[in-house]
Amino acid sequence: MVSPLLFWFVAFVTVIPALSLLFARKPVHVAAAVVLVMVGLAVAYVALEAPFLGAVQIIVYTGAVMMLFLFVLMLVGVDKTESLKETITGQRWVALTLAVGLGALVISVVSRLPLSVNEQPVVGEPAEVASWLFGDYVLVVEVLGFVLISAALGALVLTHVPRLYPKRTQAEVHAARIAAGANPVNQAFPGVYARHNALDAPALDPEGNPIESSVSRVLKVRGQTIDGSEFKGDTQARRRELGAKEDDQ
Amino acid sequence: MSPVNFVYLAAVLFAIGAATVLLRRNAIMAFMGVELMLNAANLTLVAFSRMVGGIEGQIMAFFVMVVAAAEVVVGLAIIIAVSRARQSISLDEPSELKG
Repeated sequence: MVSPLLFWFVAFVTVIPALSLLFARKPVHVAAAVVLVMVGLAVAYVALEAPFLGAVQIIVYTGAVMMLFLFVLMLVGVDKTESLKETITGQRWVALTLAVGLGALVISVVSRLPLSVNEQPVVGEPAEVASWLFGDYVLVVEVLGFVLISAALGALVLTHVPRLYPKRTQAEVHAARIAAGANPVNQAFPGVYARHNALDAPALDPEGNPIESSVSRVLKVRGQTIDGSEFKGDTQARRRELGAKEDDQ
Repeated sequence: MSPVNFVYLAAVLFAIGAATVLLRRNAIMAFMGVELMLNAANLTLVAFSRMVGGIEGQIMAFFVMVVAAAEVVVGLAIIIAVSRARQSISLDEPSELKG
């Protein structure tokens, strides 16, 4: 027997979030609500003496399936709003009537069945479930392995996008750059001094003259660069600072 | 309280899922309705398994879960492929052919 309090808790935690499927506007809110439904169903499974299935429900549905839904929502765009214009006249009422009728039909049929409840049920502990899965149903488990592999392959094939242009190698990119008249070697980097290592100081060429093109154009426009010449004759002072003896120079 | 109440709960959830599939235009929403219907069927299996007292119903529910996981993967891949091809995942696009 199941505690009535537990049943009503499960009923509220599943039915009310499930109604958001019909009434909520944003798909992300619906996905979050369905996560709650799945957790409620896991509670129901545990209450119905199926603890292993409850754990699988949480791991597979809330952990994997609904997170996959959220990822796909992110890929196709979360803010796509649905048009609520009716394209088939009266579709909304016909659909609602059919759904309510289906639920009423199932409930009325089940309530007429002569059902008895076994008072000593087998509890779906992992060991018990495993002995069935890998005993009587081992062939089904093998087939399910194939199903899962083909599903993964199918997802890869369906989301594969063929390349429109051949891939350009680094050598081709470089050849195109040379053909366009660019300098084939790297430009000097700014600020490569021992004393002043900043972006605003130009690099020095081997003769000690500043290389103007090594400083960012933006800094030049703002007037924030410094002239490299003050570092030109600076080596002696620098060495003294470092504690070198005068006669070493 | 008898476990048969869980069958009634499953019927309600199944009806909500069916209404979602019939009413919503967004393909992902309709797909979540399908998931809800699958879960309602699972709840029925587990509830009847509890009433009978055996464990076979739970094994079947487990198989349904595995197949549903595979189905979700392929279904969402199809939705992504469609959204790439048409920039829309509305299930109502064919009605625009009427002009």
